[in-house]
Amino acid sequence: MPVLAMADRIYLDHNATAPLRPSAREAALEAMALIGNASSVHADGRRARAMIEGARREVAGLAGAAPRSVIFTSGGTEANSLALLGCGRPRLLVSAIEHPSVLAVRADAEAIPVDRHGVLDLSALEAMLDAGEEPAQVSVMAANNETGVIQPLAEVVRLAHGRCALVHCDAVQGAGRMALGDLGADFMTLSGHKLGGLQGAGALVVGDGIEIAAVQRGGGQELGRRAGTEALPAIAAFGAAAQACAGDDMATVAGLRDRLQEAMTAAVPGARVMGAGVPRLANTLAIAHPATRAETLVMAFDLEGIALSAGSACSSGKVGPSHVLEAMGEGALARNTIRISLGETTTADAVARCAEVWQALDRRLGGERSAA
Amino acid sequence: MNSLDLPGAPGATRVVVAMSGGVDSSVAAGLLVEQGYDVVGITLQLYDHGSAVGKAGSCCAGADIHDARRVAEHLGIPHYVLDYESRFRAAVMDDFADSYLAGQTPIPCVRCNQTVKFADLLGTARDLGAAAMATGHYVRRSQGPQGAELRRGAETGRDQSYFLFATTGEQLDLLRFPLGEVTKDAVRDHARRMGLVVSDKPDSQDICFVPQGRYAEIVAKMRPGAVQPGEIVDLAGNVLGRHEGIIHYTVGQRRGIGIAGEEPLFVVRLEPGTRRVVVGPRGALGSSSLTMREVNWIGPAPDTGRALPCAVKLRSAQPPIRATATSLGEGRARVDLATPAEAIAPGQACVMYDGDRVLGGGWIERRTAAGAAEAA
Repeated sequence: MPVLAMADRIYLDHNATAPLRPSAREAALEAMALIGNASSVHADGRRARAMIEGARREVAGLAGAAPRSVIFTSGGTEANSLALLGCGRPRLLVSAIEHPSVLAVRADAEAIPVDRHGVLDLSALEAMLDAGEEPAQVSVMAANNETGVIQPLAEVVRLAHGRCALVHCDAVQGAGRMALGDLGADFMTLSGHKLGGLQGAGALVVGDGIEIAAVQRGGGQELGRRAGTEALPAIAAFGAAAQACAGDDMATVAGLRDRLQEAMTAAVPGARVMGAGVPRLANTLAIAHPATRAETLVMAFDLEGIALSAGSACSSGKVGPSHVLEAMGEGALARNTIRISLGETTTADAVARCAEVWQALDRRLGGERSAA
Repeated sequence: MNSLDLPGAPGATRVVVAMSGGVDSSVAAGLLVEQGYDVVGITLQLYDHGSAVGKAGSCCAGADIHDARRVAEHLGIPHYVLDYESRFRAAVMDDFADSYLAGQTPIPCVRCNQTVKFADLLGTARDLGAAAMATGHYVRRSQGPQGAELRRGAETGRDQSYFLFATTGEQLDLLRFPLGEVTKDAVRDHARRMGLVVSDKPDSQDICFVPQGRYAEIVAKMRPGAVQPGEIVDLAGNVLGRHEGIIHYTVGQRRGIGIAGEEPLFVVRLEPGTRRVVVGPRGALGSSSLTMREVNWIGPAPDTGRALPCAVKLRSAQPPIRATATSLGEGRARVDLATPAEAIAPGQACVMYDGDRVLGGGWIERRTAAGAAEAA
């Protein structure tokens, strides 16, 4: 079978990146038609500035924060670096299931364990906070990128603030898919392209009165907190996507995900859903095949025209074991787990086709197993 | 039957091509694409290129993986990189280091074919619904009365059948070698005609994870402290000098012993237990018989004890020698050579041929009938 034309493919990898929203595309095109540098004094510069400030209001609205709290960055990774390096607290506690862009920032970070459902262990966090004297920063994501499991942020904030610790929340996956306004974190990371904006813009939202030191230094952009000319088209698209995602029908997405989960578990006895018993993002399904490596499943789905993913892939496409599933205490099944992530544009047909391919692959693989 | 000896139209036949990023496997993929097959390229990440060449910071792909990806993109086929680092280390690199430390001269490429490419990767190809897996080896496969047969490549100078002696019948059923009938020059012509970026890429000379042939450095790095100095002795046990570790020597080696004598001295034997390098005159190198272990017969195995006339290759680049092979049972066999051969090195392969057909082969255990000057 020849490779399908891109138009016939089914995209179920929204946690990696989401398709560009029409309004974000329009905003980016409008920005690309401008000349100005937002720091310039002249009329052209002022137009660029106005566009950035418009986007800032939209992003602030998504985060439930004031516009001046929003620092635009090149993306989620840079925002995480800025939050953890710019905060200046001697102690850093991070959940064991954070994204590599949090885990890799400080070698001396202490890992907070999660339970077997992938939910942060609050009593462990409390004990860790109590065990140290030095001022601490805690970093816990809003929802996990691999399992979609939602973290108890309000409790984390309560425990941390009770001990004068600051809280950073990587909300890259949660944004647009769950309410962020009342999380109460002191720092929050957002990413434009996960919402349907362009790759190349993200933001760190910093709470009122919280100091942050610039990591990337130079000019005075972003109130001196992040130097460098703003990526105007990507920021404009980010703003438009932040506005548009408020209108997403997440209940429909959740319905499709649940239907897919039901069909897949019914088709393959022994298949297991990760984080099934706890609150999850409406769009994410992490499911393990009883006998097949995730890398094989990802290739087989791709050859059938369906894009999904496994573990975390580095730039060469090499797939490593998932630290998230390992932290949950998953053994062999961790290597067999694929991540399916839906979006606003995912159709019932796409989900049905995914379940169909899963069943057909299982039959093919199972047929060999019984023949062997 | 289509050109790969499979039922079904090429377009309905999925073929996984093991793409190394070199010109051979790239052309193998290209030829199958031209014939209309549903080609899927897979490249194995076998070792951390950065740590192998001693450079930090190169996370993943060496240049070869990058090349394979560009070729696949150019050919318009799906391409995947699979992480086989831990498998490769356990099955190939560890064996390589331990063999050298045991006084043997290993061939990691055979182990890699045996344990990684034709085992795990072939299984993945099957899982992807492939009807066949193709490689860029210069060997031929034909369908004989007793099943699939492995034959030497048409261009004798490029033949790689020596490295595939451990291929099983079951593996051979699924394997295809599109370059078996082609010459290297023709492969380069095909690559240029197809516009592949690798058309002028030099042939790889070294073992992939041993840059510039400096295998001793890799062994020393993998097994810290295991490389120990020892004595160089003659056949009578007289100490002639010292050495920095037996891994630096191979049976038959002349240069680099560092001892001036009346007649040239050669490495006759390596003794890992006493860490001695035994040297002697050229006459001590010859022997006319050897035993081998882990023997693989491609096709039916002969009855134990029955002598089978054949020709054998004791090194890849050596012409075949007339011999008889006798199965000893339990995966072992004895080979009696019609003319004595020099420098039979334990750890190398002895591969048996009937004309251009590979009968099988095994790992050289030891030579059994010693040359005139030595009693083994």
